[in-house]
Amino acid sequence: MATTKGDERLRMSRRSFLKGMGVGAATSTALATGLVKPRAGKAAVPPLVEGLSYVPVELKINGRRYALTIEARRTLADVLRTELNLTGTKIGCDRAECGACTVIVDGRAMYGCSLLAVNVQGREIETIEGLAKNGRLHPLQEAFIEYDAYQCGFCTPGQILAGKAFLDKKKSPTLAEVKQALSGNICRCGAYHHIFEAVLAAAKKL
Amino acid sequence: MPTPLAVVGTSVVKVDAAEKVSGRSRYFDDVPHRDALVGKVLWSRQPHARLVNIERSRALRVPGVKAIVIGADLPDGLMGPFIKDEPILAKGVTRFVGEPLALVAACSDEAAAEALQLIEVEYEELPAVFTAEDALRPGAPLLHPDLASYVKIYEAVQEGNVCSHTTFAEGDLDAGFAEADEVFEDTFTTQRVHQTYLERSGAVVEVDAGGRLVVWSNTQSVHLTQIRIAEALLIPQSKIHVINSRVGGGFGGRMEPTVQPMAAALALKCGKKVKLYLSRDEEFTFGKPRHSSRIDIKTGVKRDGRLTAKQVRLIYNTGAYADDGPGIAGFGAMMARGPYNIPHVRIDAYCVYTNLPKSGAFRGFGNPQATFASESQLDLIAERLRLDPIELRLRNAVQTGDTALGGQRYTSVGLRRCFEQAAARAGWRRVSASSSPTKRRGMGVAAMHHISGLLSAGAFVKINEDGTVGLVAGAVDIGQGCETVLTQIAAEELGVPMSDIHYAAIDSDTAPFNWGTAGSRTTFTVGNAVRLAAGDARRQLLALAAKTLEVSPDDLETVDRTVRVKGSPQRALSYRDLGAISHWVSGGPILAKGSFIVDGPGFDPKRAVLRGFPFGPLTAYIFGVHVVEVEVDVETGEVKVLKAAAAHDVGRAINPTVVEGQIEGGFAQGLGYALFEELCTEGGQTLNPSFIDYKIPSILDVPEEMTAIIVEEEDPHGPFGAKGVGEPGLVATAAAIANAVSHALGVRLRDLPLTPERVLAALEAKQGTLSPPRAP
Ligand code: FES
Ligand code: FES
Repeated sequence: MATTKGDERLRMSRRSFLKGMGVGAATSTALATGLVKPRAGKAAVPPLVEGLSYVPVELKINGRRYALTIEARRTLADVLRTELNLTGTKIGCDRAECGACTVIVDGRAMYGCSLLAVNVQGREIETIEGLAKNGRLHPLQEAFIEYDAYQCGFCTPGQILAGKAFLDKKKSPTLAEVKQALSGNICRCGAYHHIFEAVLAAAKKL
Repeated sequence: MPTPLAVVGTSVVKVDAAEKVSGRSRYFDDVPHRDALVGKVLWSRQPHARLVNIERSRALRVPGVKAIVIGADLPDGLMGPFIKDEPILAKGVTRFVGEPLALVAACSDEAAAEALQLIEVEYEELPAVFTAEDALRPGAPLLHPDLASYVKIYEAVQEGNVCSHTTFAEGDLDAGFAEADEVFEDTFTTQRVHQTYLERSGAVVEVDAGGRLVVWSNTQSVHLTQIRIAEALLIPQSKIHVINSRVGGGFGGRMEPTVQPMAAALALKCGKKVKLYLSRDEEFTFGKPRHSSRIDIKTGVKRDGRLTAKQVRLIYNTGAYADDGPGIAGFGAMMARGPYNIPHVRIDAYCVYTNLPKSGAFRGFGNPQATFASESQLDLIAERLRLDPIELRLRNAVQTGDTALGGQRYTSVGLRRCFEQAAARAGWRRVSASSSPTKRRGMGVAAMHHISGLLSAGAFVKINEDGTVGLVAGAVDIGQGCETVLTQIAAEELGVPMSDIHYAAIDSDTAPFNWGTAGSRTTFTVGNAVRLAAGDARRQLLALAAKTLEVSPDDLETVDRTVRVKGSPQRALSYRDLGAISHWVSGGPILAKGSFIVDGPGFDPKRAVLRGFPFGPLTAYIFGVHVVEVEVDVETGEVKVLKAAAAHDVGRAINPTVVEGQIEGGFAQGLGYALFEELCTEGGQTLNPSFIDYKIPSILDVPEEMTAIIVEEEDPHGPFGAKGVGEPGLVATAAAIANAVSHALGVRLRDLPLTPERVLAALEAKQGTLSPPRAP
């Protein structure tokens, strides 16, 4: 039992997992399929060339512009968290496997841990901190409260942003569509039922 | 029906809702410690080896490296909840691939990583064992030759690689089997699965100006973290200050410390603040998965379905260190009879060392394995006796007043109602069907019991100067909502709105002891402490009002944050007034406390033989019944759970929505356990340390039709009759799914997880002939 032959099982689980991520259905999912790498590992990191590693970048986040000088290899999630103190973006795996780092880039939900900050310059980036407007929570946030759609809350910003990117494009979605849109966001607490109820309820209000 | 109360029993919005949906919650890594050195761990590459030499001189020369610690630098303290067998860093010998061997503190990630590569470890390989079966063979290599000399907190029964052997025995087993019309003997196995809480584990440790260790981390128990660091580093607990962040899940995996002792050792060595934060693959390889198990059950039964005797042997593979293993195996033994009256029982649980990464607590604490095996076998029995599986279970089900294994009394049993409501809701039927030429449907049921009263907890309530309330308890909210539930209990008892109460952040300097957020015990055990503290505060408010108004406390009543004289409501003092009076005029600040321990009635030595069980009394049994419908694709072997009804007797539900969330979340984890999760190893090396290769359930895997049903059988000892619900949602799930799959296919699967390969193999073993669906 303890010493198991992994190979077959691993292939199987990877296939079904990737299916769950919506890789095979690029048009219907909110996640950028190009980001879902077939193999575990760090994001594609450009070689560290001495003297060249620091670059100026300008990011547009939640409608505000930020000018920074950062190492070229740093991910968007990392920069948001450590440079801008926008810690609502969580990092659960740091390699495109869990969805905790989901942010919205030009209207699409993407894994912030697998985007290089330098590559998203000039694009509209939305994070969880930008959702509330004038001190009012976004209807999706309100629905997450009303439907108790979180437990530990660590996946929650990512779930909400995946849901928002989806609802921004899709009015009156079906349950199946909601589930597909959120299938790249793991919730280990298993709050899934409350999550899809919240997204469906918010869809009605938006 | 419970009597309605003001806040208890209401699905109020959780107290942390706004911060959690807006991303403002501060988890471990959300608090910047920019002045901290980067800590990294060198993990063993050998499953069992003598450490001949660890050479760090080259690594120390890497610019930016501040300190390197190895086992030989550390004091001789060993840590562990039941058996003190574990060093912070391997010393002399390493016992699993992934065991910490050395720690580096450096100014940057890169420097620390480079240093790790330059540490040279000279191993001398020793023979290793990976399965419990091998570890139990005569002449097997011993993991801990010094086992007998280790400190234990209970009377452990140990031999060879068995670090703990627990026995429960009642009645006369031979007579029980002689009485039986049929005897069933079956073997089941279960796999290792990982908690995979979404937030990784980390710790920042600093030696403060006074020489104390300050530990910031994400743990399920600041107190156990404090205790383990103290025992490993041989320093007094008073010198350790543990501060918790918000915690992104735990599920048992953070009950005992994770990286805190390592970070503490490193901070002590370099005298600087150090941060250690595991990567996801380190979590998988160092983490503490659920014990794999092999379970042999022999059960005697009368033709009418009455169970006469049951003998169970549970073998739990605990890996290289005991950790919570002795408790887990022992608790598995206690649960293995199931919630059924059986007069003659003997259960033996063996917790066995092997050269796998150590196992630890995971939601269910040894019960899911035992329940999977027992409930699977009950279906085999029902089939042979041509009884409906629910009918068979009901004929043996315990009721209030019956005796649990070991002789404790069940004080509140809602099991029958759970069966009735889950069956009704799921549309229980015993006809399996083919939904298409390649798909077959089946339904399965499984029941479980568990406990919610365990060990001790304390709570403080203080009345602020303005009459608002501070609630200080040691219970960490790991997502199950205990801050809200405990606040509801305090609000109810004190008669104040919840918004008047602040649940204090968890800090070992201020929070009274709590064993930890585990064992489905927070609502019952900590809830009792909170209720006592709030009651004490209320009495002090009344006493102060009585003194001030010059009346007897008996003439007073409390209404809407005001104490007033019965019959003359104009003579009144608000809590605000009383807060001010106590602070400035008379009585002194109101400080109230509650202290609670489950200390009796214990097991009955006249009734039962009980050996090697590492807990004292356990109480407030909880019950659950899961009914699921599955669809099995007979071509691919894939199983889909279509529908689930999960009914749980939780005592009074303090917050019904939160209770439902716990049941559903537990079910989702149980589904992964049943169908696909498995932490695989080869030669002791973890093969699938990532979410790509270790699949956990996604939103596409959980059944759309899922009903959590709350059954409220109030417990006389629970706070407002409440019991608990944290673990049960997981416990019966794998058994129910396995029973449904077996029902759909007409063939029994005895090994978890029920992978497509196993399903297809089972079908093949049936020689490719699918018998028509079984009728009841
Ligand atoms: S942190 Fe980016 S997907 Fe997990
Ligand atoms: S709420 Fe904990 S991971 Fe989703």
